[in-house]
Amino acid sequence: MLTIGTLFLTLSNTLFRNFRLSGKPSWHPLCCSFAFNPQLGLVGVLDADICGPSQPRVLGVGGERVHHSGSGWSPVYVSDNLCLMSIGFLLGSPDDAVIWRGPKKNGMIKQFLSEVDWGDLDYLLIDTPPGTSDEHLSVVQYLCGAGLTGAVLVSTPQETALLDVRKEISFCRKLKVPLIGVLENMAGFLCPHCKTRSDIFPATTGGVTAMCTEMDVPYLGSLLLQPALARAADDPTLPARDTTNAALDIRAKIMAFCERNSS
Amino acid sequence: MLEGVKRVILVLSGKGGVGKSTVSTQLALTLKEKGYKVGLLDIDLCGPSVPYLLNLENQSVHQGPHGWIPVYLDKEQRLGVMSIGFLLNSRNDAVVWRGPKKTSMIKQFLEDVCWQDLDFLVIDTPPGTSDEHITVMENLRQVPQCSAVLVTTPQQVAIEDVRKEITFCNKTGIPIFGIVENMSGYECPNCSECTNIFSSGGGQSLAEYAKIPYLGSIPIDPRVGSLAGEGKAAIKELPESKTSKVFTDLVTQLTESSKNGDMK
Repeated sequence: MLTIGTLFLTLSNTLFRNFRLSGKPSWHPLCCSFAFNPQLGLVGVLDADICGPSQPRVLGVGGERVHHSGSGWSPVYVSDNLCLMSIGFLLGSPDDAVIWRGPKKNGMIKQFLSEVDWGDLDYLLIDTPPGTSDEHLSVVQYLCGAGLTGAVLVSTPQETALLDVRKEISFCRKLKVPLIGVLENMAGFLCPHCKTRSDIFPATTGGVTAMCTEMDVPYLGSLLLQPALARAADDPTLPARDTTNAALDIRAKIMAFCERNSS
Repeated sequence: MLEGVKRVILVLSGKGGVGKSTVSTQLALTLKEKGYKVGLLDIDLCGPSVPYLLNLENQSVHQGPHGWIPVYLDKEQRLGVMSIGFLLNSRNDAVVWRGPKKTSMIKQFLEDVCWQDLDFLVIDTPPGTSDEHITVMENLRQVPQCSAVLVTTPQQVAIEDVRKEITFCNKTGIPIFGIVENMSGYECPNCSECTNIFSSGGGQSLAEYAKIPYLGSIPIDPRVGSLAGEGKAAIKELPESKTSKVFTDLVTQLTESSKNGDMK
């Protein structure tokens, strides 16, 4: 059912480092930079954050619904080559809370992986909630047979965030998930008024680079905090592609890893 | 359970990385500075941040005759802390547990820690509305003196998850004390221009929409950020900052409502 060229797993302990806005600003542009590049082929995004699904809003398809077809649920298409599946599409209202214990969350993730008609994907990106628990274990267990290429970890520069990423690295090593690397998000802020760079989240312990050296994990690069991107995640009418060299460079590194390691 | 505790405050948010642990620790420190006896319980089992924030890493929990003895920040034992971080061998160790194991750990934290008599017990939670939260709510149902403080950042992605958390509180019957907006603006240290990095006003409009009290907004302040890892109270180190003002107001409101016997 699932035919995927390359599988990706993004892990993060706090969403803050996860991607688009808070954690997310880096993910979102990264995801878009993958998606809006037609040479990459078809990209699927699976939002494995069952209790706090944010991908529908971030990718600008908040009001959509999932349709059933003969071959399963069909994901929501954001553009010709980017589709998304999230529990957010199954909820009646944004106020609805998913108050589920582990087993129900695991069941949902299993359904997302086995009963969604993903088509022939070139990449599947999985966005995970913070932590090292049910969702993460399930994703890794269900996908170990399908060929999980690796995990990208996202962190912000301060030690509170790094502490959780260290745990995530230990998690990946325990479960033998290859580490593509760690990327630093919200590394600094360019004042739109005076163009001075300042550190919003001070890297008191040396930041991501120091942690990568200490834990012996590849460092992918660093992204600045860009208020325009953060706001674009809230408002789908704004352009939301991070086209800075740093983002493109990170993308190139991830793709190089995937090409080397996919069978 | 928690018989000696006069008031329990749950710090909740649907989102990760909005500053729950910073708010929890600063709230506990502010209460301590105001002369109360405070407990801080960290139930984020997969990502405990409290030991680092309070500079208590490498401390360990001891078994006493009446249960686990929390780690105390000060000699006078006015702030006791409990976190799974104290039970791990290394700060790199991951707690790779599914729900049932997390549930029993949290039960132990609630039942087997010898907190002694506390004015306030602040509980720092992980993001979400799942095992940890269900367990805490189920157990705290028997504790009448309990209410929740919700933390959000101003952007819609965070607000959306906090709306889920409000539904969760309503469904489980935990009164909501109010909502705090964190990271609500950043003042450039060079030109003092305030930029709303994560947009603005989201917390207040959510409070109005959901008809819950709005407790103030905390700006992004790297000086407060650099207090992390030192266990120092913002109201003591940075008395002039807006952060101190928000926490002072929050503590005043909490103590007033405790006096009136109104948990909301």
